[in-house]
Amino acid sequence: MTALARRVVLLTMLGIAPALSAFEMPRNSRILATGGATQLEGQAGGGIVPWAVLAGYGSSGEFGASGFYTHVELSDYALDAFGVAASFDNRLELSLARQAFDLGTLGDALGLPDKELRQNIIGIKLRLYGDLIYGASPQFSFGLQYKRNLDFGIPSAVGARRANDTDFYVSAAKLWLDGAFGRNVFANFNLRYSRANQLGILGFGGDRSDHRDVLIEAAAGVFVTRRVAIGAEYRQQPDKLGFSPADDWFDIFVAAFPHKHLSLTAAYADLGTIATLHDQRGWYVSVELAF
Amino acid sequence: MTGRTGISVLALLAAILLAACATTPGLRPQQTLYVELGELPGITALVDEFLWQIAADERINQRFSESNIARFHDKLVEHFCALSGGPCIYSGDDMRRTHAGMGIDYAAFNALVEDLIEALDARAIGTSTQNRLLALLAPMHADIIER
Repeated sequence: MTALARRVVLLTMLGIAPALSAFEMPRNSRILATGGATQLEGQAGGGIVPWAVLAGYGSSGEFGASGFYTHVELSDYALDAFGVAASFDNRLELSLARQAFDLGTLGDALGLPDKELRQNIIGIKLRLYGDLIYGASPQFSFGLQYKRNLDFGIPSAVGARRANDTDFYVSAAKLWLDGAFGRNVFANFNLRYSRANQLGILGFGGDRSDHRDVLIEAAAGVFVTRRVAIGAEYRQQPDKLGFSPADDWFDIFVAAFPHKHLSLTAAYADLGTIATLHDQRGWYVSVELAF
Repeated sequence: MTGRTGISVLALLAAILLAACATTPGLRPQQTLYVELGELPGITALVDEFLWQIAADERINQRFSESNIARFHDKLVEHFCALSGGPCIYSGDDMRRTHAGMGIDYAAFNALVEDLIEALDARAIGTSTQNRLLALLAPMHADIIER
């Protein structure tokens, strides 16, 4: 799978290279905020859920890009994520991200050898049909996330079967101008096919099951002004490890887009039980640079 | 607990979507938008500003080099006035004919929309009025964008 995923990314990039010369300099033609923010796995989206939109502000015949850093401070853990993404012709998005999960209290209490669990994520997203704003159809995209654990000792010890794996999803997003109370309203819905434990931070598959599940993800929100959006997200989680249940994730967020090159997102997230520790809630902050 | 938060968040998601479905634009008196835009003087000033924004926008301004700017201005005022429910009748060509041959793609259309938003901001027109005007104009993408 590693070799295959690498080959896909390499071939895609090689295919794009000659086409790039035909692209002009970034002209940022897409409308403010239509690239969303960058979600935890490095793809354009909200906070915990990828959306059907593509990174940056490239419209037809243009390219866009983004870079992000996110910190999540939970009751007993913390998560840092950072990465970059590029999009081409508002059609294809490629992304790279690193996550580092700080075991915090659990690491200290058990005297674990690793104080953090890291993973790398390569993302590909393809817009299939439709446009976020124009026309009756939602914007449909297909995405995948190839993830590789860098610290598989603990995930393996708690029953995870694999140190690397690929998630697949289909995504639909729509924005309604003047959708309610004179405000623009948006919604996104995904179906994901995954066996990733806590995003893959605790590996993939487990003693309870090694099969992928079809999982639901949803987000909806309102632009209070054209520069500020509020909303909520939901992400169903696979439950593959016998040592600890995994709960579905939720968040409520506010995102600010002072201009096209900067966005700031703050969220309050409830991630439920993670690796036996209950009620993992806390703050999510993210900064994104984009063009 | 997670369950309770989850239900609240799902309820919030549902409420946002229900609100979106419940407020159909057709139910609102259109006269208000014309008034909100400042009637004919306000719309004229908005279109003036819009044209300045386009002229300064290097992404698209060359596409208008062949255009009769005075006519474009007058027809646009008429169009916005009629669309917003004002006492005007749009006498210009339809959108498909007007933009034929200009090679307007998604990027150029988005740039136009952005210039209009900048003009609305410059005229200090509020968010809901902006959104209502944009909602009326957005469906025109189908006739303006050449694929």
